Amino acid sequence: MQLSVWTYEGPPHVGAMRVATAMRGVHYLLHAPQGDTYADLLFTMIERRGCRPPVTYTTFQARDLGKDTADLFQRAARDAYARFDPQVMLVGSSCTAELIQDDPAGMAEAMRLPCPVVPLELPSYSRKENWGAGETFYQIVRHLADRDVRPAPHEGRRPLANILGPAALGFRHRDDVREVRGILATLGIEVNCVAPLGGWPADVARVGAADFNIVLYPEIGDSAARWLEREFKQPRTKTIPIGVGATREFITEVAALAGVDPTPALQDGESRMPWWSRSVDSTYLTGKRVFVFGDATHAVAAARVAHEELGFEVVGLGCYNREFARDVRDAAKLYGVEPLITDDHLEVEDAIAAAAPELVLGTQMERHIAKRQGVPCAVISAPVHVQDFPARHSPQMGFEGANVLFDTWVHPLIMGLEEHLLTMFREDFEFSDDAGASHLAAHSPSRHAERVSASSAPRAPAIQEEDWPPEQVRGDDEDTLWTAEAEAELKKIPFFVRGKARRNTESFAAEQGRAAIDLETLYDAKAHYAR
Amino acid sequence: MKADAFSLPAESGCAAPPEREVLRERGQREVFCGLTGIVWLHRKMQDAFFLVIGSRTCAHLLQSAAGVMIFAEPRFATAIIEERDLAGMADCHEELDRVVDRLIARRPEIRQLFLVGSCPSEVIKLDLGKAAERLGAKHAGQVRILNYSGSGIETTFTEGEDACLASLVPVMPASAPDTAPQLLLVGSLPDIVEDQFLRLFAQLGIENVGVLPARTADGLPAVGPNTRVLLAQPFLGETAQALEARGAQRIDAPFPFGAEGTTAWLKAAAQAFGIDEMHANSVIAPGRERAKRALEHHREKLAGKRISFLPDSQLEVPLARFLATELGMEPVEVGTPYLNRKLVARDLEQLPESTRISEGQDVDRQLDRVRADRPDLTVCGLGLANPLEAEGLSTKWAIELVFSPIHGFEQAGDLAELFARPLRRRDVLQV
Ligand code: SF4
Repeated sequence: MQLSVWTYEGPPHVGAMRVATAMRGVHYLLHAPQGDTYADLLFTMIERRGCRPPVTYTTFQARDLGKDTADLFQRAARDAYARFDPQVMLVGSSCTAELIQDDPAGMAEAMRLPCPVVPLELPSYSRKENWGAGETFYQIVRHLADRDVRPAPHEGRRPLANILGPAALGFRHRDDVREVRGILATLGIEVNCVAPLGGWPADVARVGAADFNIVLYPEIGDSAARWLEREFKQPRTKTIPIGVGATREFITEVAALAGVDPTPALQDGESRMPWWSRSVDSTYLTGKRVFVFGDATHAVAAARVAHEELGFEVVGLGCYNREFARDVRDAAKLYGVEPLITDDHLEVEDAIAAAAPELVLGTQMERHIAKRQGVPCAVISAPVHVQDFPARHSPQMGFEGANVLFDTWVHPLIMGLEEHLLTMFREDFEFSDDAGASHLAAHSPSRHAERVSASSAPRAPAIQEEDWPPEQVRGDDEDTLWTAEAEAELKKIPFFVRGKARRNTESFAAEQGRAAIDLETLYDAKAHYAR
Repeated sequence: MKADAFSLPAESGCAAPPEREVLRERGQREVFCGLTGIVWLHRKMQDAFFLVIGSRTCAHLLQSAAGVMIFAEPRFATAIIEERDLAGMADCHEELDRVVDRLIARRPEIRQLFLVGSCPSEVIKLDLGKAAERLGAKHAGQVRILNYSGSGIETTFTEGEDACLASLVPVMPASAPDTAPQLLLVGSLPDIVEDQFLRLFAQLGIENVGVLPARTADGLPAVGPNTRVLLAQPFLGETAQALEARGAQRIDAPFPFGAEGTTAWLKAAAQAFGIDEMHANSVIAPGRERAKRALEHHREKLAGKRISFLPDSQLEVPLARFLATELGMEPVEVGTPYLNRKLVARDLEQLPESTRISEGQDVDRQLDRVRADRPDLTVCGLGLANPLEAEGLSTKWAIELVFSPIHGFEQAGDLAELFARPLRRRDVLQV
């Protein structure tokens, strides 16, 4: 048994739902108890979908066990077919149904439904959401891809590509697809099929017509793409176009696969990120310590952008999906950090505290951790939150994606010029320490906000910001080591680096075995940590 | 769906006058399971920890139902059963002991621990009663360890609270047979609401009042033949039964929503304690007047509007009663996951004849009815709200009715506001 408070990933059948919901003409019959229907709200509330996910739950109850759960399943299958008229039906079990062993696959087959049925075996007690999504998409492709459909002769037609991997509840998948389509259009490459997102079963059946596959999210698209590579001899892309450098490499890779000239797409006049990063205001970004955590694909990509394109120092890198841990291990070597492969958020919290970063790039989970630790944070990866589905176009991929990364990562950090002003005018009464930078309200842990206890009502509606229970507030009154003089000096240090100065000084003092922290210790520590 | 969907036998043992016709459905249900109650119970019981023994799905449900209330270490967690645990039962119990020992060592402030069963733990027949006994003996003096089931195959949404409170009943101390009559307020309420009620009981002259659940482990009230139970929530059937089995008597009353519901509820309590009626009226009057004034604002907006409830919390019947009799709304369909005729009798009898009552669920058919009825407002779960809005039907999230303070005089206006806001918003928006 694993003790878990918050999880990065749901069970594998939620991954299957992300695929089914993304596609059109697909219905998923899930053998599951009533409580599992909570998963619908992920799609309707977080992603704000205006349709219910195409999922029928059998919602068997205790009184059905041992007599007619199988019957219930078959009735639900018949009803779902009659009502939703799907072109393809996925059938499978959730964790509970897996234990009662009703064999949905066999039952569905025996029923001879008038549409293709794709049985899903998603082991709930060993696998998780991303794996479930990848496996589901792979099974759909395997079952539906028509082996007789192959690329037409090259003469007289444009190159043809599939875009694989985007799904429902993905981090900015909708916008990434638009960016990548734009790149392909510039290169004169046509799109054969985008799946799962927006794809029909008929599109998947014709997947073989494309010359090659573009895999945007390996967590979801890789198994299918590898199978297509083996069975259909379709090559696949390996670069994830997040960041300017990776987008350039992606364009070059795609152009090579298509046999076209990459130049038109490489000269994108809308790519502002390189200049924004070179302009003098960005000088203060140099060497900012950044901790990166997310799914492997987004984490590795973010670390590269942070390091190469913003001049940050990567002080931590990790992912929660073990299946892709190798990529993270390789990348961690580049930055000389220990890779953190874990799905235990408490471990991540400790690692972040130990690394003392100035910026966290993570998931919603890290956003909360960072908030508690008073560190700015930007979200780069699922698991997602309603805020991660902005109304505006806000991709991560392509040149526009890189522009977005610059804005969203740099915004939480204090702006360069403002940083100087704060230091200069710190003593002025208008610049009370507690105020912080004007745009930083959401990120700076003002003492006042921390002390406000949870609202008087013990209940909070779902899908709203958390309130902070008083028991979690960290006090910093227990520092008896500090002399009054040193404490006063510490207060003169700008608030946005004060936490780090305090931590560094304390660990220095502990290392050195000093009994008290006086002015001497403070400045010795500063010298010790000077880079 | 075939006719057999309606073939469940009528509830027996209820000798009430002409029974109201109820549409009974059995198909896909779209409701949370009882685990969800942990989200509010752990806030109410401040030294309690809720340990679900379940799957990754259970952990994910709790997280999703709690929204992103991500506390550093909330007082609930899931012991996720893994493949190797399924190999043998002995293993599972050992694992559970290990998890619990570590938990108790890590959280020394915990005084009560609930082992909460889930569908997987029930299907593999993991005996949590035995585990609670074993672990309770081991940690005796430090932590009270109890168990209940919040599984989706046994419990629907608020029934998790019912199961939790029922598990507390056997450990409630016995009140001496010769003690003065005691009022037991049952059902978890936000502290602010609970305190309002306690003040009113004191003013009425009811001195000996216990509350279940108590805010801390040592506040667990006594129970005995002198106990009069006043339910604050309609979904506490099992708890009420367990209390009755210990000699307590339930006070029959409508539920305390709005000016009238709260008045009748308080008066029923006053009557059970032989409080002089004049005195009771004078205590109740100021709150009642305030509530009526607060409702007046909303009446204009809500009167004549048609409303349907999809089954969710079992609060549906009392809330529909409130909206119908105090705000002039017209309940079209009132769906409830389970209709406890006895407990909601006083509210049910006040619903208009024309209101369709449905019990259980077949979500697709129910949505067909909503589309045909086209009510002005539909109260439904989070999974259904946006899809209905997208079809042009205004909705109210049912879960907010469980998470917000809505009981009593002082909250009557807020309760009406919850229903009025979506309608007002619809009128205001010009996009
Ligand atoms: S319905 Fe059962 S399996 Fe699903 S979350 Fe609830 S207890 Fe867990």
